[in-house]
This record gives sequence, C-alpha cells and structure tokens, in this order.
Amino acid sequence: MSTVVDQDVRAGGDPPPGARAPVNRGKADLKKIVFGVVGLVVTVYLMVTAFQAIVIIDMPKLVQALVAVVAGVGGSMLLFFFLNMAVEGLPQRVEGRLKPYIFILPAISFIALFLIYPTVQTIVYSFANDDSTGWVGLQNYQDIFGDPDFRELIFNNVLWIIVVPAATVALGLMVAVLADKLSEGWEKTSKSIIFLPMAISFVGAATIWRFVYDQDTGDTQVGLLNAIITAVGLDPVSWLQFSDWNLNDILLMVILIWLQVGFAMVLLSAAIKSVPEETLEAARIDGASEVQTFFRVVVPQIRGTLVTVFITVLILVMKVFDVVYVMTNGEFGTNVIGLEFFKQIFQFSNAGLASAIVVLLMLAVIPVLIYQVRHFREEEANR
Amino acid sequence: MSATTPQTTATVPVRSRSKSRAISGGHQDPTRKGGWGTRVALIVACVLWTLPTLGLLITSFRSKDDAVTSGWWSALANPFSTQWTFANFDAAIFDNNMGVAFVNSIVVAIPATVIPIMFAAFAAYAFTFMRFRGRDFLFVVVVSLLVVPIQVAFVPMLRLFGGDGLDIIGQFIAVWLLHTGFGMPLAIYILRNYMATLPRTIIESADIDGATHFQTFWRLIVPMSVPALAAFAIFQFLWVWNDLLIALLFLGTGNPVVTVQLQQLLGRLGEGWQLVAAGAFFTMTVPLFVFFTLQRFFVRGLTAGSVKG
Repeated sequence: MSTVVDQDVRAGGDPPPGARAPVNRGKADLKKIVFGVVGLVVTVYLMVTAFQAIVIIDMPKLVQALVAVVAGVGGSMLLFFFLNMAVEGLPQRVEGRLKPYIFILPAISFIALFLIYPTVQTIVYSFANDDSTGWVGLQNYQDIFGDPDFRELIFNNVLWIIVVPAATVALGLMVAVLADKLSEGWEKTSKSIIFLPMAISFVGAATIWRFVYDQDTGDTQVGLLNAIITAVGLDPVSWLQFSDWNLNDILLMVILIWLQVGFAMVLLSAAIKSVPEETLEAARIDGASEVQTFFRVVVPQIRGTLVTVFITVLILVMKVFDVVYVMTNGEFGTNVIGLEFFKQIFQFSNAGLASAIVVLLMLAVIPVLIYQVRHFREEEANR
Repeated sequence: MSATTPQTTATVPVRSRSKSRAISGGHQDPTRKGGWGTRVALIVACVLWTLPTLGLLITSFRSKDDAVTSGWWSALANPFSTQWTFANFDAAIFDNNMGVAFVNSIVVAIPATVIPIMFAAFAAYAFTFMRFRGRDFLFVVVVSLLVVPIQVAFVPMLRLFGGDGLDIIGQFIAVWLLHTGFGMPLAIYILRNYMATLPRTIIESADIDGATHFQTFWRLIVPMSVPALAAFAIFQFLWVWNDLLIALLFLGTGNPVVTVQLQQLLGRLGEGWQLVAAGAFFTMTVPLFVFFTLQRFFVRGLTAGSVKG
C-alpha cells in the first residue's frame, strides 16, 4: 500500500468524483481485489442457485418466499459488499471514478432488462406478424386504424381521458375545500372516508360496483341503482349493457373516479393548506368574496399540484384495464386500449398487433413524458 | 466539524413531522367557518362514497336466501330479524380456494416488495451524493420510465419467460423479477428525492471523518431514510397485492393470487351475491389493515408513487 499522499489529485482543481481524503492510495491493493472478485462470484453463484432451487425443488410456498427474501436481500447486501471491496482495492483515482457506477449498476441492470430492452423489442415486434417470425411492415397499424372496432375503442379511451381526470380533480378539490372549512375532527373523518377506496384493488372495486349496477330478473332488485329506479316506478335497467350516449362507459368511469378522488383530495388539501394566510387576508381586505378569493388567489397558487394530480390520473386512465375487464370484458361498446392489448396477447396470441397497440399507447404518453421531464428539471433547478 | 452532525440530524424529523401535518390536517388558519351547508354537502359526499362498500360488506354476512330475495338495506333496516352468518366467508376461503390465493398473494408480495429496496437504495445514494459522468441523463431516464406504461414489457417478457426461454411462467420467481424491475424506477425516484432533502453537511462531515461511501451509506443514510423506505415498501406491497394484469399473464390460474381468484369467483354470481361479497372482502382485509394502521406512510407512499406506469 502506498503511503504517498496524493496531493496533486486532491488539489488538482477537479478532484475525481467521490474521492475520499484520508485513504491515500496510488497503487492497487491486490488482496482486496481478489477477495472482492471471488466473493462476488460466490455470491452471484449462490443467489442463482437459491432461485433455481425455488423453481426446481418442490418446496412449500411459504418456504419459497422465505428463501427468496433471504437470498434476495442477503444476496444483494453481500453483492454490494464484495463489489465495494473489489473497487476499493483499485488505485484511488480509478476507485473514485468507478464507484458511482458500481452503486447504480444492479438497479440500472434491472431497469435495462425489464423496461428498456422490452420497449425496443416491442417496437420491433410491432412490425412483425403474430408470432414474430416474419415482417409485415405497417400491416398491424393499418389493421388498427382500418378496423371500426378499433376506432370505437380509441374513441372510448379519448372519452375516458376527457372525463375522468377532470372529474377527479374537480371533486377532489371540492372535498378538500369543504373539509378545510370544518373542525379538525370533521376534516379527519371525512377525508378518511373519501380516501378509503384507494386501498381497494380495481377488481375489488369492480365487484363492489357490479353489485350497485346489478339487475335481477325477479320482482325484487338487490342492486342499489335498480332498487332506486324501481322504487320511483320505472322499469329496471341493464346498466352495463346500456350503450346509448355511452352511458355504460360513464358508469365504468364512475368507478375509477370513486377510487381516485381520495388521492386528488389528499394532495390538493395539502397544497391548499400551504397557501400563505396573508394572501387570503389581503384579498378579503380588498373586498373579494370567498368565491373570488378561491379562484383568483388560491387556485393560481396550487396550480402545480392540480397539474400533477391531473397527469397522474390521466396516465392511470390511458392504460385502464382491470375495471373494464371485470365489469363487461369490453362488450356492449365499452372496450378500451388496455383491455384490447390484453385480449390480443392472452386470447388471440397476436404478438404483432398487441405490440402495435402498446406502441400507440407509448406515443400517446410521450407528451406527458416530456412534461414530466421538464417539470422535474424545473424542480431540480429550485432545489 | 463532526459536532455539527447531531444538530443537522435533528432537523430531519422536524421536517418530516411538518410534512405529515400538512397531509393529515390542521390548517394554520384558526378560523374554520364552515356553516351547515358545508357540513351537509360533506355528509352527502361521505354517504355516497361509503354506500357501495357498505352494501357489499353487509351482503357478505347475510344468508343466501336473504341476499337473493331482498336488498342489503333491508338487513340494515331490521338488523335483528336478519340471519347474520359467517358461512359465506367459510365457503369463499375454504371451498372456493380464496385461502390458497391469500397465501399465494403473500408469497408474491413480500419478496416483490423487499428485493428492490436494497438495489434502489444504493442507486439513489449514488444519484444523490456522488458526481459521475452521465448521472443527470440516467436519472432523467428513470424519471421518464415512471410514466411509461408497463405493458411495453409484456410481449418480450412473455417470450423470455416462456417455454422457449427460461420456462418460468407460472412460477413465483417470474412475478418477483417483473415486480422488482417495474418497481425500480419508482423506488429510485422516491428514495433519491428523500435523500436530496437530507442535509449535505452530514455527508461532508462523514467524509472528513474518513468514512467511505459504503460506511456513510449504511451508518447514516439508510437509518435516516427509513420514512422513505417505508413509504416505498407500503406502496409497492399494495401495488403488487392489488395487481391483476401481471398475475394473470405470468402466474395464471395455476397459482392464483387473490385478485385472480376473485375474478374467477365472479363467474359464480348465479349463486347469489353473498359468496362473491365475502370473497371480495377477504381480498381487501390486508390493504384495509395497512390503511388503518399505517395511514401516514400509506398516504406518503401513494402520493409519492402514484405516477407509476
């Protein structure tokens, strides 16, 4: 180990990133490198073996989970430990440059393997046939835009995008404002009740609402909506099949709004509370009414949060799947992109068409993605 | 220099406390002047929001005859003449496989929650406290991937995990891997944003005291990031628990999780709502438990992570 102080490195105006002062090494520490690399190889071997064992050996499920947690967490700790050791054995200049990449390598590998590589591959598949054995050019895209059924489901998606985010933000804002005006006990209770559906899965929510929209053949209606309808003397309606004016689509949207308003409310409520009291006082002194104060003083100051909530719900809605799948399976004119994608892989095994659908979805997301990156950059600049 | 460390650490809990106050209520304005109109409007909203769930909950405790012949509200009107029963839960859990599905869900969700954390924490540390070439670009990639729909991954992953590839479709390891990969951008994003709020002087003084990055990470940053780790863990756990799409495609009905099993159970609606209602409630027990016991972390995780694609 070298005892020479690397003065020139430290004082050289631009020190290597991550370099540490008291460790003074100019040369490699071979022992550390060997230990590190050997440890690394053994760790990776053990991790792979453990997960292979889960697949091959017939063990009880909970034991599988336990092995996975121990191998996953313990393995990743050892992995970083040995990686770090190997890198620390390198000369300091190299260590400082290499270490950040060592820290991000495992996470970035997961992202590359499970998100970036498949994205590229999906784009490629979208120009190929149903089992990706031959090129078909733009045929899949032509199929999508030429088929009236596809046009209908794209129209449905647009409808979802127009209605759900706006309605969710508006209702969330309303509840947040109302709750803010009442005592703390009232506020807490009402917010918990509105927020509770956030804990429920889409399938669970769909089950709950199928019961509301239920239609019975007999005299008594056990579904809430038809019970109300028959109580006022009207005939029961088969709500989920009622496609005039896209009513059944709207009824499906109600479910998503019901699920998401709590989320909008929590974020908007926090934003409203952070509006400085002085600005409200000033508006009131100037003679503004409560409504004027709200729209001219509060809303401009919570614009950022309003946009965040809107975008979040928008992205959720663009790929809505579970609710439509469980409620109608896309029948009666309720099909959407997310469900059609699922059907193309699961029922029709058409990888080409499924991929083309996802590529369209990706293209639709790009404006949101650009906004997201810009917004992030602005936030970083203000940090 | 190192004497500043305790002071600066003390600012962290204060910060998180004020944040949680903003979430759970307590306006700085002492004059809350909502009239009866406000109260009535809020009560109406709360009743509307509760009724659908309440209907299903009540139905899950009714006998089949009752559930088929009268609406759940009639049980609420005459609670004493109604025959309350646990038989539906018994039937859903034991005769309709919901119990097995529950175990499957736990087997899926716990590793899928725990495994990403360590990888993401190291990456978040590097993104926050280390300077390296390509850092900003890579982080922008992570931020972009937050909004990319995970559907992009399905066709290639079905191939990779399918019979011609690794042949692990239907095995738990397939969904553990996928959830780890899909959860990674969000985990890095949440942890990095939290770490960026930690005082930099801590890192600097640790540096001066001769700690390596590895030591600083374990001894200082991980303990201080527990709120963010918990927020991510809860979000990821619920996301995995409530997921239907990945479970259907990569686990299927051979190893059904609760969402898949509930969807199967809906095919038995002909036997009345009481069985489905009980099954649905059984699937919600874990999320609702998390909701009521860990609400603060729950809210923080949801609000931080809801952009997940």
